[in-house]
Amino acid sequence: MNAMVKAEGVHKSYGAVQVLKGIDLEVAPREVFCLIGPSGSGKSTFLRCINHLEKVNAGRLYVDGELVGYRQKGDRLYELKDSEVARNRRDIGMVFQRFNLFPHMTALANVMEAPIQVKGETKAVARERAMKLLDRVGLADKAGNYPSQLSGGQQQRVAIARALAMEPKLMLFDEPTSALDPELVGDVLDVMRGLAEDGMTMIVVTHEMGFAREVGDSVVFMDQGVVVESGNPRDVLTNPQHDRTKAFLSKVL
Amino acid sequence: MTASLKKSGPADTPPPGPEPEAIKAIPVRHYGRWVAAVVVLALLGLLVNAFATAKINYHAIPDFMFDSNVLTGLGKTVLISVLAMALGLVLGVVLAVMRLSKNPVTSAVSWVYIWFFRGTPVYVQLLLWFNLALIFPYINLGPIYRDEMSDFMTPFMAALLGLGLNEAAYMSEIVRSGIQSVDEGQTEAAHALGMSQGRTLRRIVLPQAMRVIVPPTGNEFINMLKTSSLAAAACQYLELLRSTSDIGQSTGATVEMLFLAATWYLILTSIFSIGQFYLERHYARGSLRSLPLTPWQKIKANLTSFSNRQSGGVRA
Repeated sequence: MNAMVKAEGVHKSYGAVQVLKGIDLEVAPREVFCLIGPSGSGKSTFLRCINHLEKVNAGRLYVDGELVGYRQKGDRLYELKDSEVARNRRDIGMVFQRFNLFPHMTALANVMEAPIQVKGETKAVARERAMKLLDRVGLADKAGNYPSQLSGGQQQRVAIARALAMEPKLMLFDEPTSALDPELVGDVLDVMRGLAEDGMTMIVVTHEMGFAREVGDSVVFMDQGVVVESGNPRDVLTNPQHDRTKAFLSKVL
Repeated sequence: MTASLKKSGPADTPPPGPEPEAIKAIPVRHYGRWVAAVVVLALLGLLVNAFATAKINYHAIPDFMFDSNVLTGLGKTVLISVLAMALGLVLGVVLAVMRLSKNPVTSAVSWVYIWFFRGTPVYVQLLLWFNLALIFPYINLGPIYRDEMSDFMTPFMAALLGLGLNEAAYMSEIVRSGIQSVDEGQTEAAHALGMSQGRTLRRIVLPQAMRVIVPPTGNEFINMLKTSSLAAAACQYLELLRSTSDIGQSTGATVEMLFLAATWYLILTSIFSIGQFYLERHYARGSLRSLPLTPWQKIKANLTSFSNRQSGGVRA
């Protein structure tokens, strides 16, 4: 089966600072793929490279068989136009640590915005799907609320619904529960668990080891820009082979 | 979601004991405040007295308040202010986007424009536009428009271009600060959803930037109402100040007519301030948990609930 995401020697640096030093990995369709590691290890940066919010300096990244950000003709690479990058991003949903809901729109309008503006859907169609999605994340009764009137957990669930409204084939989660009060984390994780059960391909940068162990199909431990260890979550999390993994897990578990 | 402020104590609150004795203390006497108030009132009295006994024919002011020449001038002041502001706003957004663009040429051109139009007096600019025919006898926009400059550059056009292009320089800086005040995460979220640059700017960034843009823009508009009086002196545009001072010269009521002009300017800026309040309220949607009450809502709230005095607002 073709990989949904494939990374070959991905490098990324900001000036002299090397953030990613050659990442190789593959994410299969319908897989829940968890990225763990200390802050500054490059996991969020890698996630942002997948939908080209960050440009890769070296190596290749493929989503669903297509090169991210470039077109290859022969042995030459051509940068994609902004409009082409935007088109590719339609199929990749992203959920941010800080939610990034549009504060000037209601929850419902947040979810309807992209299908109307990007796909040209009619309001009626977009509204119907948006209401279904809000219902799915348990917030149908908050459709008319502005983000500032919602709790962090509710905002994050609206953000998930907003990403799902584009009917993506891949969902990226960038520490979706790190900015939440502990008692609100569960609701968001429940929604993500439901998504995983429905067969959504998910890449999740997380500090929730419980989630990684229960829901994850594979887990990758990153440190200082490289993949240190990867494999089945039960193996990696309960029986780590590398000292760095052991040291990290002993701190967070 | 609106927090209810009703005080309902926990169920297991112990029953209230005997009322504690209220503190009865002699309050601090603020003698300084009394002295300051008396001094200020005395000075104010002197000022009022000076104007009351001055040689001012106050009756002339209401007599000419709605004189047709005054009203025409008033209309022209409003017209030129609104149009010049509109020109400044549109051009200001364009300049701001140019300034923020990655293209070094557009960015530099925008910088130079702002540098020039902010750096020279608007009076000089008005004079330059009005006298443009001296250096360009003809205006030639190819097939679109061709005329003698003196026919094209009427007092109205000179005032519009002079005020509007000057305003654009200030507006572009206001718009730029507004755009930059919007969190980068907003752009990222829009891009991640597949929205293009232009759509992100129009649908996501600018509506949020408006909250920062509107208050200083209100300032600019009030300034514009007043600055438009320069257009009379610089390019013979017959606006409010010119029409009132003309009456002043023919009737001898010079100062009275200046008072009249001042009264009209105050009325205009007051009306506009009300409009600004509602505009700011509109763009506050979502960013405030509760919007400030409109004066009308305040009156209604006070009528319906005398006892329940909450300082809260309506839901956004």
